[in-house]
Amino acid sequence: MKRKFEIFKNGLFKENPVLILTLGCCSVLAISVTVLGGVGMGLALTFVLVCSNVVISLLRNIIPNKVRIPCYIVVVAAFVTLVEMITEAYMKELYDTMGVFLALIVVNCIVLGRAEMFASKNTVGDSFFDGLGMGLGYTMVITGISIVRELLGSGTLLGYRIIPEGYQLGIVTQTPGGFFCFGGAMAILIACLNKKGRKIDSKTGCGHDCSSCGLGCAGRGGENK
Amino acid sequence: MSEFSNILLIMFSMVFTENYVLVQFLGICPFLGVSQNLSSCLGMSGAVIFVMTLASAATYGIYQGLMVPFGLEYMSTIIFILVIAALVQLVEIILKKYMKPLYNALGVYLPLITTNCAVLAVTLLNISEEYNFIESCVDGFSAGVGFGLALVLFCGVRRALQRAKPPKSFEGLPITLVAAALTSLTFMGFTGMAEKLFN
Repeated sequence: MKRKFEIFKNGLFKENPVLILTLGCCSVLAISVTVLGGVGMGLALTFVLVCSNVVISLLRNIIPNKVRIPCYIVVVAAFVTLVEMITEAYMKELYDTMGVFLALIVVNCIVLGRAEMFASKNTVGDSFFDGLGMGLGYTMVITGISIVRELLGSGTLLGYRIIPEGYQLGIVTQTPGGFFCFGGAMAILIACLNKKGRKIDSKTGCGHDCSSCGLGCAGRGGENK
Repeated sequence: MSEFSNILLIMFSMVFTENYVLVQFLGICPFLGVSQNLSSCLGMSGAVIFVMTLASAATYGIYQGLMVPFGLEYMSTIIFILVIAALVQLVEIILKKYMKPLYNALGVYLPLITTNCAVLAVTLLNISEEYNFIESCVDGFSAGVGFGLALVLFCGVRRALQRAKPPKSFEGLPITLVAAALTSLTFMGFTGMAEKLFN
């Protein structure tokens, strides 16, 4: 159980998929304009990630090695279509906010990356917790960035006005603001982790902590990524 | 004439005002991942333009010819990603067999394209914008050109960035993202130009 908790915690901080491994940045940048969209996107991705991790881990001995990537894509695409249909039916507003990015979870590097790096090599239980940790790590980051962007950019939080009209920085909701907030968030995390005495290589995401790391470089400093 | 200006409008807005990378946040991973090397940027953009144009054409045919008659529109995500993956494989094999120089130039970048979200996005957006066949192809082609433009521009920015000395925690990717913010700021200057020029 302790190991499962470690795997779960790994996704949240040490191997945070967005800020440390820099996977799946497109949707983080695009959807983090409003908190509602950010949380929705995070939960949608978590659902897809957990389901696809479990299924791929179950099938890991059946899928032939040569065609594994197309197989993973089909599994992921099936769950994405499921999420798409549910959101369109019950949460139309959220569906419109997320637009094409909901469908683009299929090619989100986090989902495929975890399938390839983790679920295809580990047991179902471990894969479940890995998916949960990674998904919630993503949700945490996208929610954090969207709180900053919605507060500064539109002056609201979840639609409630906090900063009076006319004092907001419109640019934060636009493209440059997205890149800037993301860069800032990454720098803050790296600064925090470095202070704790763990050196994280910002280029490769290698924390030099090979025993609990899933990057699969076997001590070569993430060079085969 | 309006048909022609419509196509020009699509081209201009895809390359500048609605640039996939710098305005719409599509295809960020390759944008940040490809190195500072200009020739690899050009190779990657060439491969993306090629595959995007072909994928737009192929998915248009499959959507109108197979999915609409059989009522399978809801399957578009699954089918399109498989079409793109198959197409990339096919292109790779054909280039390897018949066009060796082109394969040598684009080869290494082709497998990466399947998971480039800009390619899937262009096929899905073609359907939701209800473009006809020619418009879809033009859309795919110019989205690829816009992607290439962003990549090449940013390659220059990154080279200049190598000489900069940012604060310790900004080293590496964070400062690259801040540079990307400034690059995308320049593209905001194009806002509204497309409609004024062609309407």
